[in-house]
Amino acid sequence: MTSTPFNFELNDEIELLRLVTVGSVDDGKSTLIGRLLVDTKGAFEDQLLAVTRKKGAASEAEVDLAMLTDGLAAEREQGITIDVAYRYFATPKRKFIMADCPGHEQYTRNMVTGASTANAAIILVDARNGVMPQTKRHAHILGLLHVQHVIVAVNKMDLVGYDQKVYDAIVAELRDFCGRQGVDDLICIPVSALKGDNVAQQSGAMAWYQGRTLLETLESLSSLDAIDTKPFRFPVQLVNRPQTPDLPDYRGFMGRIVSGAIAVGDAVVALPSGNRSTVKSIDSFDGALEEAFAPMSVALTLNDEIDISRGDMLVRADEPRPAGEREVEVDLCWIGDEPLTERKKYIVKQTTHSAKVMVSEIVYATDIHTLERVSTDALKMNDLGRVRLKLQRPMYYDSYRDNRATGSMILIDPFTNNTVGAAMVAGG
Amino acid sequence: MANNALSGRKLTQLKMLESESIHIMREVVAEFRNPVMLYSIGKDSSVMLHLARKAFYPAPLPFALLHVDTGYKFPEMYTFRDNFVKEIGAELIVHRNEEAIAKGMNPKEFGVARCCGALKTAGLLEALEAGGYDAAFGGARRDEERSRAKERVFSIRDEFGQWDPKNQRPELWDIYNGRIHDGESVRVFPLSNWTEMDIWLYIRQEQIPIVPLYYAKERLMVERGAMLIPYYESMRDQLLEGEEPTMVMSRFRTLGCMPCTGAVRSNATTIDEIVIEAAAARRSERETRIIDHGSNSMEDKKKEGYF
Ligand SMILES: Nc1nc2c(ncn2[C@@H]2O[C@H](COP(=O)(O)OP(=O)(O)O)[C@@H](O)[C@H]2O)c(=O)[nH]1
Repeated sequence: MTSTPFNFELNDEIELLRLVTVGSVDDGKSTLIGRLLVDTKGAFEDQLLAVTRKKGAASEAEVDLAMLTDGLAAEREQGITIDVAYRYFATPKRKFIMADCPGHEQYTRNMVTGASTANAAIILVDARNGVMPQTKRHAHILGLLHVQHVIVAVNKMDLVGYDQKVYDAIVAELRDFCGRQGVDDLICIPVSALKGDNVAQQSGAMAWYQGRTLLETLESLSSLDAIDTKPFRFPVQLVNRPQTPDLPDYRGFMGRIVSGAIAVGDAVVALPSGNRSTVKSIDSFDGALEEAFAPMSVALTLNDEIDISRGDMLVRADEPRPAGEREVEVDLCWIGDEPLTERKKYIVKQTTHSAKVMVSEIVYATDIHTLERVSTDALKMNDLGRVRLKLQRPMYYDSYRDNRATGSMILIDPFTNNTVGAAMVAGG
Repeated sequence: MANNALSGRKLTQLKMLESESIHIMREVVAEFRNPVMLYSIGKDSSVMLHLARKAFYPAPLPFALLHVDTGYKFPEMYTFRDNFVKEIGAELIVHRNEEAIAKGMNPKEFGVARCCGALKTAGLLEALEAGGYDAAFGGARRDEERSRAKERVFSIRDEFGQWDPKNQRPELWDIYNGRIHDGESVRVFPLSNWTEMDIWLYIRQEQIPIVPLYYAKERLMVERGAMLIPYYESMRDQLLEGEEPTMVMSRFRTLGCMPCTGAVRSNATTIDEIVIEAAAARRSERETRIIDHGSNSMEDKKKEGYF
């Protein structure tokens, strides 16, 4: 037990970082993730055995790292990954949830899904190929989804003789491009996923690189976009009225604080009604709280009997309100089988609020190859574009750049019930 | 311990996971007509149930607990179940596939796959149909097994309770699409993002009661190959040649059916010791469940309607 990788006293305090990993086929993404899992011991021995057995290999040294992360039988047969998979690993400093997005067709849908919850992204680049059109697409989508930190892992450095010039050229090109895509924080690291250089261990072969390893970088990124300092937003999930003998009149508003903070006594406004009250109590199973902040799930009670139901939002009276409009312009990633066209109707779900919407205008589509704006009359599966939506009733939202939770929504096809679009409120 | 869960204005990862799970449970209660929570008496179920109590506090649980009983659980599990459910005042529904049990279904004669298929999968589908549930919470985690890594939080099942890996909805941000057609249902996994380590750390932090079998004790065991099989008098005729039960200091990392759940040698008698042991563990927990050894077995079971 002396070799335990955890100092579990410390473990009580560790934070969560959500990652998304993207790359084109054969850039070495599976190898890199396999390497991270093995080096942080996220891959347990019997899973390693299952992999080696299949390959007919005997020793751990021969384990095919990429096989570790393959999920479904259908995929193993075809040798491709067709869906986003989630991986978990931890170091004594941090726990990581990694969305592993396959890099072929469907990649836009998968990337948007994986990136939607991520605080940081790793883009794989094959050092031999340099910056490819798909690398730019990935960076564009990460900018659109507003992933805070983007790490470019320039992989297979062993195959280019660990040459600094190759690396520097790739980095220069990417920095210039990413700056224009709204990526705030770009970090580049030369690695060899196969040999392990600069993944969990400093490379002996690249003395010219003085920066952090990939794992050190992941451990040091700021993990949350300070959502507790933004205006308070509390979409109501449920109104809790137990009406039991000991709680005959209890009326609690249950929900998750998606941004900001609230304290007992604060004045709040309910939207859409505009009714005001003050916070009487913040209840939790562990006892009443004096204050609460994002992203906590709590129950609030108010001092006045005002009408509030699921889909409404509580905000603070002394803070800026979200826009409440019957029209909204969004950046859209289309993931439905049937194309989106003007005048089509869908159901929108934003926080806990659902409503009917109609597409009033397709403003433009983004050509995924050139990243230029083009005009079109339809968005097909995996297309990106800007559209205007007309809402059945006013919806309260912030721009996605200001507030990921109140600025994001999904579109649902009312006939198939499938999720067909991922939308982000433009502007901000 | 509640206080050190907040470090400044940041949530620890356990508190983040807790908040996320509560959010999921409330969404289900808001959007579905008749939800139910699968309760298997294991550590994951115990955490899920604890989170549910937090989610709806101060109200009682707005759904019943459903235990699909194979009849092969450890005696300690039944005792724990009955006492705990009573203590928290929850409603418990126990469902058994009586037809298969009457036919004497067992893993030794019929094979593990058929036995699980009848007692667990068919039993579960029967129970869900009998209750008319349109949503069922399960305590599965994505890190348990490779085919679970792609499971959604909301997993849509057809009228036969079956899962189609090619037809699952993308889940964006934490906006869940709970719309289903008549006859369809949804399995919801609020612990999707929890790892085994998180489960133990949370049990420790929240002091959640768990079945005593999780703690190490001298127990009668049969050693078969690398496996430690718990011995009960009723199993005498199932011993192989030359096997003799002996006392072994051991515990269970997962709890399933008696004939199919192995123990591990351990001296961990407290939750702190279990946490340290889990941190050092080099074998994933399902290894001690005999049922998962065939390749793709979990994926096949899931397609048929298992969790
Ligand atoms: N030499 C070398 N080969 C690598 C490296 N990373 C990955 N590969 C190889 O590149 C091929 C594709 O890797 P894989 O991880 O399957 O790529 P994916 O399609 O992006 O998941 C495999 O044959 C790997 O062994 C590296 O750093 N150096």
